[in-house]
Amino acid sequence: MDFNPEDLFRDDDDDPESEYYQGRESTKEFVVYLVDASPRMFYPASNAEDNKDESPFHVVVSCIAQSLKTQIINNSYDEVSICFFNTREKKNLQDLSGVYVFNVNEREYLDRPTARLIKEFSNIEETFMSEIGSQYGIISGSRENSLYNALWVAQALLRKGSTKNADKRILLFTNEDDPFGRIKGATKTDMIRTTIQRAKDAQDMGISIELLPSCRPTEEFDVSLFYADLIGLENVDQSQFITSTSEKLDDIKAQLRKRMFKKRKIKRITFSIANGISIELNAYALIRPTVPVNFYLSGAITWLDSVTNLPLKSERSSICADTGALIQEPARRFHPYRNDNVLFTMDELSEIKKVSTGHLRLLGFKPLSCLKDYHNLRPSTFLFPNDEEIIGSTRIFIALHRSMSRLKRFAVAFYGSSASPHLVALIAQDEITSSSGQVEPPGMHMINLPYSDDIRHAEELHMAIDATAPRAIDDQIKKASVLLKRVDLKDFSVCQFANPVVLYLALQRHYAILEALALGDDEMPETADETVPDEEGMARPVVVNALEDYKVSVYGENHDQEEAENNAAKSTISDAAKKRKAIVETAVQECANYEWADLADNGKLKDLTVTELKYYLSAHSLPVAGKKEALISRILTHMGK
Amino acid sequence: MARNKEALVLLLDVGPSMHSRLPEIEKLSSMLVQKKLIYSKSDEVGVVLFGTEDTDNELTKEVGGYEHVVVLRHIRVVDVNIIDALRRLPKGTASSDFLDAIVVGMDMLIKKFGPTNKGKQRLCLITDALCPIKEPYEGTKEDQIDMVSAQMKSHGMRVDCIVVRENLPGAANQTVMDENDLLLNRLSKKTATKVIHVESATSLLGALRTRNISPVTIFRGDLELSPLMKIKVWVYKKTSEEKFPTLKQYSDKAPSTDRFATHEVKVDIEYKSVQDTEKVVPPEQRIKGYRYGPQVVPISSAEWEAVKFKPEKSVKLLGFTDASNIMRHYYMKDVNVFIPEPGNTKAILAVSSLARAMKEMNKVAILRCVWRQGQGNVVIGVLTPNLSTLDNVPDSFYFNVLPFAEDVREFQFPSFGNLPLSWQPNEQQQEAADKLVMMLDLMPSGKEEVLQPDLTPNPVLERFYRFLELKSKHPDADVPPIDRTLKWITEPDPELLSQNKSVIDDFLNQFELKENPKKNKSSRRLWREKPSASNEEKEGAQNDVSDIRSNNLITNSSSLTVEKIGKLTPVQDFEAMMQRRDSPEWVSKAIRDIKILILNLLENSLERSNCEMAIECLGALRRGCILEQEPKEFNQFMQTLYKTCKDRNLNHFLELLLSKHITLISKEEAVDSDVSDDDAKKFLVKIELTSQCN
Repeated sequence: MDFNPEDLFRDDDDDPESEYYQGRESTKEFVVYLVDASPRMFYPASNAEDNKDESPFHVVVSCIAQSLKTQIINNSYDEVSICFFNTREKKNLQDLSGVYVFNVNEREYLDRPTARLIKEFSNIEETFMSEIGSQYGIISGSRENSLYNALWVAQALLRKGSTKNADKRILLFTNEDDPFGRIKGATKTDMIRTTIQRAKDAQDMGISIELLPSCRPTEEFDVSLFYADLIGLENVDQSQFITSTSEKLDDIKAQLRKRMFKKRKIKRITFSIANGISIELNAYALIRPTVPVNFYLSGAITWLDSVTNLPLKSERSSICADTGALIQEPARRFHPYRNDNVLFTMDELSEIKKVSTGHLRLLGFKPLSCLKDYHNLRPSTFLFPNDEEIIGSTRIFIALHRSMSRLKRFAVAFYGSSASPHLVALIAQDEITSSSGQVEPPGMHMINLPYSDDIRHAEELHMAIDATAPRAIDDQIKKASVLLKRVDLKDFSVCQFANPVVLYLALQRHYAILEALALGDDEMPETADETVPDEEGMARPVVVNALEDYKVSVYGENHDQEEAENNAAKSTISDAAKKRKAIVETAVQECANYEWADLADNGKLKDLTVTELKYYLSAHSLPVAGKKEALISRILTHMGK
Repeated sequence: MARNKEALVLLLDVGPSMHSRLPEIEKLSSMLVQKKLIYSKSDEVGVVLFGTEDTDNELTKEVGGYEHVVVLRHIRVVDVNIIDALRRLPKGTASSDFLDAIVVGMDMLIKKFGPTNKGKQRLCLITDALCPIKEPYEGTKEDQIDMVSAQMKSHGMRVDCIVVRENLPGAANQTVMDENDLLLNRLSKKTATKVIHVESATSLLGALRTRNISPVTIFRGDLELSPLMKIKVWVYKKTSEEKFPTLKQYSDKAPSTDRFATHEVKVDIEYKSVQDTEKVVPPEQRIKGYRYGPQVVPISSAEWEAVKFKPEKSVKLLGFTDASNIMRHYYMKDVNVFIPEPGNTKAILAVSSLARAMKEMNKVAILRCVWRQGQGNVVIGVLTPNLSTLDNVPDSFYFNVLPFAEDVREFQFPSFGNLPLSWQPNEQQQEAADKLVMMLDLMPSGKEEVLQPDLTPNPVLERFYRFLELKSKHPDADVPPIDRTLKWITEPDPELLSQNKSVIDDFLNQFELKENPKKNKSSRRLWREKPSASNEEKEGAQNDVSDIRSNNLITNSSSLTVEKIGKLTPVQDFEAMMQRRDSPEWVSKAIRDIKILILNLLENSLERSNCEMAIECLGALRRGCILEQEPKEFNQFMQTLYKTCKDRNLNHFLELLLSKHITLISKEEAVDSDVSDDDAKKFLVKIELTSQCN
């Protein structure tokens, strides 16, 4: 990878100005997965026949397992806990009934995810009924309130650490929109009141509660019945909470998975439009390469002592190359120039890089056709407006977004971040949704534009002089068009999680191997390469015909034959090869004239000339470079003397 | 000549029409030489000026003619002196003939290197090509161009030709310009010549690649459409970020008498075991550990080699898809270019036909690439057609890397349609935005595209190398402020802003921005984090009452720091100060200050603009006093003001008061007021009478 991944993920916090505006973003997450395990969660989720065994419970478990895997790779310092409620058995520190905290060895209840946790959790369904069991926790005639208990347990788990340096979340998975529907009267209102109070207490402690409803095929999940009050939704937000009653299980999974992610913004950006008027934007890294190897900087690789397998501590020290003296971090840098060293202080260097304020400044607009395919250097950054600091930002942003999108224009701006000040293009992206939810969020993508220093003109390297380059004729283009139609990937998409067309194979394999080793499995896992072309599809007669037609049209009838002849001609014509061959041949002839063994035994090799020595070397295809002594010793070694 | 060594002759037009351009040409050419000094020290450079008063070149001595062409420097290995010479280009007085200059430059190269030595030879011509070239002694101008290009071709010379023209005064000899352009095009067709037209100073600075990087292929081999059909291609980098140079750490430990000191700093890393911090673990006893959650899995490099993913080198087509399926923001990295194998007509035709078909049908190709044997991963990317605009350059493809599913984070964002109504722009606002997006145009018709990436230099690098040159002469120099030409890259063009002032003002007046006073960072309750719709509406209502729509725009920075009311933007300053909540003092201070300001303005009320500003301030004060429930402050002030006006016969001001209907604050507007609605109206009548009496 050409760029330092740390640079991309870092919060660019070295800029004191931005730090001032930036509310402290916590970097670590503490998450409690609170999963409803009532019998209702085990009814098949859809009526469709092809996947009738998939209950909401199964969907939730597989989503959480997937999320844990992502966490262990990307944010392995996050701490998680998995907690079921409406269970037959109970297991929790408070000894409350109907709540079961799932855990494995060598791990606290709320702790970093381990390979073993993921493995055992993925298989939990096999043993769930026998070991944990499912039953309704809130029934009339009993004063037990399993939801209340569950929130209590979760809150107690999250008491660890301070909210200053960790984000604390409870993710509540359920398909019951009216948990107190079975009971009536004063008990009901009382229970609702206490449960909501419990949730509010948790929220006041800085814990956010998020609801991830999985709906049933026939009914919508109605948040207004109870949960709106519990998680504190206002009327406006409720409309966003409508879960589509999708029949397709994959869609439900995709929706759940998307909701489980916490949006982490990388930066807050001030976008100045004109005359000192600025709005506030949040920047998100929606697309960043996940780099498995050579990840030394972020600590994915550490050095171990191969004897004890314990991690090693590295100590850096700076040493003066001239005197060997130990020095503290030197304050100055130098660049050789004009036979001398030109010295710079760090302040001067950062002053040079400061060509603008840290803001994003609008320069103007251009039609989208001005943005060429080669105007790219790094992954894009997503921008979404933010009304927290400056009210009215969103309105201006939406107005500009709509205009740009309708007029097919993009904005050119200068982003003066201290790390890499750059000209950027801002492209308005309209929202795209599918049955699995939002595919592309609405907002703007910020793309770093190259400078003239960054653009190369390789295509002009081999320009024909005083001649026009051949161009395809209409017939050839037509044949190519037919081919294009035949080899069409209809629904190609890079980003549908539910349907990962493209997986980073090297990464998959990397972590599959790590997981196997971490668990002590002997078998090395096999990972299938999904990126190879569809050979079967390519071998279909229509495709083959189109290909053949096209080939004849651009290459002519006898291409393969000509190519073979060309190759044959090449191998005989090559001058250098001929010469080499000739040398070896003469060497072999000449070589036969000498009694090499005798010469070597009598130490008479040194009396021969270098040319003579080289006969032996060439004839035995040994290197002929070096001084006479080197040649002699090489001959002796070869003869085994 | 060494393989990558280049001989370059700069042909610089210094004729009268070029004088305004000389500062940029000086910067560009000295930057070019400076980079050679750093990155390719053995390159050779010569400089020819034309359009000069004098004549000094070998050809004129040998055969005559070639007037007004001066060889400033013969072809020699780059050194420091040449930069100094390029920094002070003389202003010429004569008409400049670029063809003479080309011939002189070519002659220098031929004489220096002869017919046998075909290293890299380049001419770089910077001119405005506005002066007619002289009629040759024999044949036509075209014949001369043909002769020159034949010579160039036989010696393998390349020409970079930069034509600088901007805002031509009238049609400054259109015929000459057209003729010259035709001649240059003829040259470019017959030789390896690239002609670039630039207009602005900024794009002149970016018109030439100042650092030569010898291009290297990433891949040479087959682009496999299928096992049946392959196309021979070479892959190069199209873009690659030129980084800020890495500077070495400087050690000042060596004695100053040591002339051979390197002053470098070596970094030494020692690995020590955790239990025994004294013990250094030797390299052979170390093993790599890979993190997996809290566990660290030790894997030796040999083990890793055995299990790791090892794909075969190949570039294969996965299929074609609609261009609209690949969003522009998926492009992950720098861009590659696929060119057909040079000289291979079949490959050129195959690429050309495929590219043209893709362009016609608006399709792109998805590829799976393994550039090198032993590369640890595969790359999935998109191939887009690049149809050549030059006759002698074959068609090619651009290649962009696409993300894998793991690289994409699918965050959910609310639809704009679902956001509260108060966050949605209304029709007028949308119209103002449309106008802004159309009018703030960087692609004006009939002119060059502003800030085209291909012609825009990196301001940071530009600044660094200039400072390097400065510091090498004056070690104590401070970093100079950013250059005007570079400012056009980092800041909006003031000319464009002033041309569209009304559009921008209209846009800004349509929208109101407000610092959120209720932002409470300590509360983390989810529904409090965002300002909810209800309190947004309340604020909107307040604004309506006070009718301060048009003036309510405040900037983030000013509202944070306003501590006194200035004369430039008194109304904004006042409003910002009234909104400061860090101390109750601010409101009374704001009221006090603006009163003083109004009285001061009236002192000098002979200027009409002062009167108008005073009225505006008074209006702002009135609104502020209503908002802050301070009606008495205002009413008392009005009385004083009335008295002052009456005493000093400030009729004009009183008339303005009338026309704006500024009167006392009544009970209905603010409860604390002791003025009734009627009294307020009477006050206006009183003013009217006074203004007439006087």
